[in-house]
Amino acid sequence: MTARPSPFASTAIERHTISILVDNEPGVLARVIGLFSGRGYNIESLTVAEVDRDATLSRVTIVTSGTPMIIEQIKAQLGRLVPVHRVHDLTLEGPFVERETALVKVAGTGEKRVEALRLADVFKARVVDATITSFVFEITGQGEELDRFIGLMAELGLVGVSRTGVVAMSRGPGGI
Amino acid sequence: MSAATNETSLTGADIVLKALRDQGVEVIFGYPGGAVLPIYDALFQQNDIRHILVRHEQAALHAAEGYARSTGKVGVVLVTSGPGATNAVTGLTDALMDSIPIVCLSGQVATHLIGNDAFQECDTTGITRPCTKHNYLVKDVNNLARTLHEAFYVAKNGRPGPVVIDIPKDVQFAEGTYRSPADSMPKSYRPQVKPDLNRVEEAIDLLAKAKRPIFYVGGGVINAGPVASQLLTQFVRMTGYPCTTTLMGLGAYPASDRQWLGMLGMHGTYEANLAMHGCDVMVCIGARFDDRVTGKVSEFSPNSVKIHVDIDPSSINKNVRVDVPIIGDAAHVLEDMIRIWKARGKQADKAALAEWWEQIEFWRARDCLRYDKTPKIIKPQYALERLRAAISGRDDVYITTEVGQHQMWAAQFLPFDKPNHWMTSGGLGTMGYGLPAAIGAQVAHPDALCIDVAGEASILMNIQEMATALQYRLPVKVFILNNQYMGMVRQWQELLHGGRYSESYSEALPDFVKLADAFGGVGLRATEVSQVDDVIAEMIKVKRPVIVDMCVDQKENCFPMIPGGRAHNEMLLGPDEKVENATPEDGMVLV
Repeated sequence: MTARPSPFASTAIERHTISILVDNEPGVLARVIGLFSGRGYNIESLTVAEVDRDATLSRVTIVTSGTPMIIEQIKAQLGRLVPVHRVHDLTLEGPFVERETALVKVAGTGEKRVEALRLADVFKARVVDATITSFVFEITGQGEELDRFIGLMAELGLVGVSRTGVVAMSRGPGGI
Repeated sequence: MSAATNETSLTGADIVLKALRDQGVEVIFGYPGGAVLPIYDALFQQNDIRHILVRHEQAALHAAEGYARSTGKVGVVLVTSGPGATNAVTGLTDALMDSIPIVCLSGQVATHLIGNDAFQECDTTGITRPCTKHNYLVKDVNNLARTLHEAFYVAKNGRPGPVVIDIPKDVQFAEGTYRSPADSMPKSYRPQVKPDLNRVEEAIDLLAKAKRPIFYVGGGVINAGPVASQLLTQFVRMTGYPCTTTLMGLGAYPASDRQWLGMLGMHGTYEANLAMHGCDVMVCIGARFDDRVTGKVSEFSPNSVKIHVDIDPSSINKNVRVDVPIIGDAAHVLEDMIRIWKARGKQADKAALAEWWEQIEFWRARDCLRYDKTPKIIKPQYALERLRAAISGRDDVYITTEVGQHQMWAAQFLPFDKPNHWMTSGGLGTMGYGLPAAIGAQVAHPDALCIDVAGEASILMNIQEMATALQYRLPVKVFILNNQYMGMVRQWQELLHGGRYSESYSEALPDFVKLADAFGGVGLRATEVSQVDDVIAEMIKVKRPVIVDMCVDQKENCFPMIPGGRAHNEMLLGPDEKVENATPEDGMVLV
């Protein structure tokens, strides 16, 4: 005797981007992070900032990975945290945009410096700081795009990277 | 409530007391200390709320759990900062694991001292975050009333659990505005109580077509209130299907009924576990496919369609994949199930059901709880059978337990026909739970018979609560099955570690009869079979706290047993079964 086929039968690891609307109150981020560490879930990226000052709401974007059953658990566990208003699995709910910003510091002189600037132009990275021997580039895009740019800079005198982590939003008129 | 009352200015401590009164709180369990003195002072100046002074904060939590589980109300606790809060952690975790509604107020150092490593300071909200359903630090007295009311709402709605409110001492002194409960609804958190009816229809269809169905029922049904147990009983009888309950679910379905197969799981009955293994449609209501229940997950009930009813979406598809998830309150779902079953004119497949019952009766005939009767040495099972005989027919008996062999025997041998009469630490397995829990139940039911079935090792973890029992004239009975071993540890060492009884023998036990006497209670002892009935009769007769030292067979093991890493159909039924390789290698790591 069988019911419908289970959507959780797959054991393949999937990457999901989850958007959460939470009360911006003390400890709320610790609750979210504690949930992930306490239950052994992965966090690839986590970003959080207040998005509605009047209602004191923050939006958290989490990129995580796991089997469909684990992903379902993660959403259910997030959903039962008291300060959590809404949990949306952007990966499941249709097309969405994902962006990340990185600041990339590169030091060097001569040909390497020129090449770094040229590549920054190709990648549409902005120069936000410059000295005779260094640049700080600002680049915004998809994660892989940032990875490629940072990879190239590694050969041109990369000093350090600071990344924001992923922010994401569904395409079209619908809200969270 | 009028606007004028809402605007009354009160001290934080008075706001706490007023909020508790408005929440209908009659009793709190606590222990004073520097950081809660203002609240204790407010408590002193009123007569509506009774305070029970425990001897250790952990016991305050367990007592509140016993109170909550025996009444269906929220248990309330008051502890001080630092060690008061850290001592509460075990009880909070226990309540979280077993879904018991608790509101625990803790004192905190003054707000300007927070983070300075002040005397008796600890990061209470940080420490208790993973062991509470939710917690709060109240830094503004004007948020205090709202937070208290919200805490009660959160503790009892959805899947119940413990909530901590940490209140700095300056906030207890400060004056602020009171708000009524109606004025204090949380902005978020609206658990779904009514199920998706399409899913219920689907479940009813599957149930009616089932050839080998089973109800698998947990503590969620008890948490949903007595009406849920009544509806469950009605529905199970209407279908004629077999029903098994978890350790937490004992009492949700009458144990005396033929359709009840006993408890399932690691020390559950043969018939319950084999019926779970062989069923074709399983309806799980308010249980969570815990590892004690499922055994080896990959071989758990391999050929069944699974319907899972739970108020907590995160319980569904956590350990075991289910086919029909139904999110909702057990009472609502059962009501809908009964209604739809009737409305669609559903009937069980009589021929298939008769065959299924025949199979189950065959399993039941194995009489898996059988044990060797001995003329002189008291078998622990025998002591409990005699206790069962002594309390049968009474519906004012509340049983609590500690953790270990005695707990499993109590679950196997004592009769639970009603919900809210059985309290045991299921999820966390907390030794030391039973005595304070019995105290909590006795506070709620002063004239009832409250018995803590204990082991001699567990009882020593909170034995100091005998003083609480004496102070409040609570005639709790501690029924120790004394085998001088941490019996369950010894059993596992025997089965899995070559009989090397590492540190599981208690070398220097107290004389429990003298100990009872020293506390001002009554001590009784039985060392042979002929004394058992007299001791039990005397224990029940005496209207004072009693410790019974039932000296039982030291080597008795608890069967049936599904060894770690084994499936439901691989039970050990008794000591005669081969125990070598009882547990496969990959099962050794399991607890």
